[in-house]
Amino acid sequence: MKKAVFVYSPEQLGYKFSDTHPFNHKRLTLTMDLLKNIEALDDLDIVPARVATEEELLLAHDPKYIDIVKRAGHGELSEAQCESYGIGTEDTPIFENMHEASAQLVGGTLTAVDYVMEGKVEHALNLGGGLHHGFRGRASGFCIYNDSTVAIRYLQEKYNARVLYVDTDAHHGDGVQWSFYEDPDVCTLSIHETGRYLFPGTGNITERGNGQGYGTSFNFPIDAFTEDESFLEIYEKSMREVFEFFKPDVVLTQNGADAHYFDPLTHLYGTMNIYREIPKLAHKLAHEYCGGKWIAVGGGGYDIWRVVPRAWSMLWLEMTDQQLPTGPLPQAWLDRWQPEAPVPFIPTWEDPNPLYEPIPRKAEIEEKNTQMLAKALHIIRNEKRA
Amino acid sequence: MIVEEIMNEEPYTLAPTNTVFEALKLMREKKVRHLPVIDEERHVLGVITERDIKEALPSSLRDEPNSPVFNAKVEEIMVKNPLVGHPLDFVEEVALTFYESKVGCLPIVSGGKLVGIVTTTDLLYTYIELTGATEPGSKIEIRVSDTPGILFEITKVFNKHHANVQSVLVYPDSENTQNKILSVRVKTLNPLAMIKDLRKEGFDVLWPNLPGVSLQ
Repeated sequence: MKKAVFVYSPEQLGYKFSDTHPFNHKRLTLTMDLLKNIEALDDLDIVPARVATEEELLLAHDPKYIDIVKRAGHGELSEAQCESYGIGTEDTPIFENMHEASAQLVGGTLTAVDYVMEGKVEHALNLGGGLHHGFRGRASGFCIYNDSTVAIRYLQEKYNARVLYVDTDAHHGDGVQWSFYEDPDVCTLSIHETGRYLFPGTGNITERGNGQGYGTSFNFPIDAFTEDESFLEIYEKSMREVFEFFKPDVVLTQNGADAHYFDPLTHLYGTMNIYREIPKLAHKLAHEYCGGKWIAVGGGGYDIWRVVPRAWSMLWLEMTDQQLPTGPLPQAWLDRWQPEAPVPFIPTWEDPNPLYEPIPRKAEIEEKNTQMLAKALHIIRNEKRA
Repeated sequence: MIVEEIMNEEPYTLAPTNTVFEALKLMREKKVRHLPVIDEERHVLGVITERDIKEALPSSLRDEPNSPVFNAKVEEIMVKNPLVGHPLDFVEEVALTFYESKVGCLPIVSGGKLVGIVTTTDLLYTYIELTGATEPGSKIEIRVSDTPGILFEITKVFNKHHANVQSVLVYPDSENTQNKILSVRVKTLNPLAMIKDLRKEGFDVLWPNLPGVSLQ
């Protein structure tokens, strides 16, 4: 069986708010070009993203909302008319054909799902997806339709699957969490900067699900200024224990690349090291528990020059069992993009060491994160003991 | 905000002739720690708390499963003539009463009759809501001089960006009494443009403020 497919269509680049908006899918182009430069991505690996049908969007969204998105994108509605739907705001402005572009991102994730679930490949990647803040009837935080929510419902209906959703974006995966808050057959795991300071503000350890779904939402809010070691400790322990507890049929990972020190919107101090490790463990556990069934999507990532292309390349390389590269980036890639970039590139796969000044309260931050982990996992550790 | 908006309008209650055992059972079943004791006209006669019961009972370490205390009437151990509140009391007044009188609940009385109850837990949740933490938003903290009109200057910036402010908290600056700290929660994922403008207007933005990272 082929290892993996890379889902992409140029139409995915149509999801664009403006030239100055932080959410910029040019990062897809930059990532693909980097992978092609090191001959890690072949045209034969790429499959086009289909467009999600309206029926599929309805798995996660209100018909009224879909209608609003359509009409807004065709210039039929003013900002004021859309505002209560989270559209026309500074975060999620109206742009032309926004429904079509958003449906294309959702379709990409559905394409990835079908490839994996029909057994054509073990893993599939749709970097255009991962829009985890989208709600049933409202856009939020740059996200119009929530591709992961649609994909998980689709996995349930078409393939009767038990799904584990893992979200390592620096922002809490609120939209996906609330969609499955009462569903015992979907487990959500989100590691994010604490909502005390950062959007969306949710994702406390006490959000554990409700009713039948109680105990199938896991949140690991880490402190601002958390660095690699502590991030990875939380990630590795939470992943192992939640996989063991939930025993999913398939895993869907959201791979936001905004926990890096350079990211302008967050306050975590991750380096490229975490983006080497995150996919490794997801890959390993997908094979241990899900017969290899692993679907991965993109997500946040607002330093599109220095961080996202390197981070997302690691994801694809790991998925396809290619060795993770070290040393210099291809010169041709640097030469091609440096003139456009407003910041000087990091010319190697690794970040310079040290990347930043030492954090004064490192020990306390690590201690606090470890305590948080124990509290968040208490519910399953307790059950094990009983 | 007034008490009427946060009080529980259907509190569990007891009659003075109910037993301590019945009180304890009700508290455990309904997961409450305070019960008003009322007569048939809903006049408040007293309050009985979980702690009153615990103090009246023999130690759980002693083997006395059938202590006579269980069969005593609640009127024998309840707090008689407790402090009560009114539906039109301000929430912050009630908070102060809790803090100063060291009580955990206030029966709310109107027209001489019990109409609700407020506990410290209700107040705590109100506080959480006041911080705006239940809605998607980003937090910005600004140090400002303690002068009239400063909030207007700040909100002008949010207005310019069409940003929805979810909560504003003002608290004293521990370093300098001439200043105040404003903690604002704004409905946005990307506060960078607003922060840039706040700085341009000369405001001292404390959070987000990162060593080594320029916010451009």
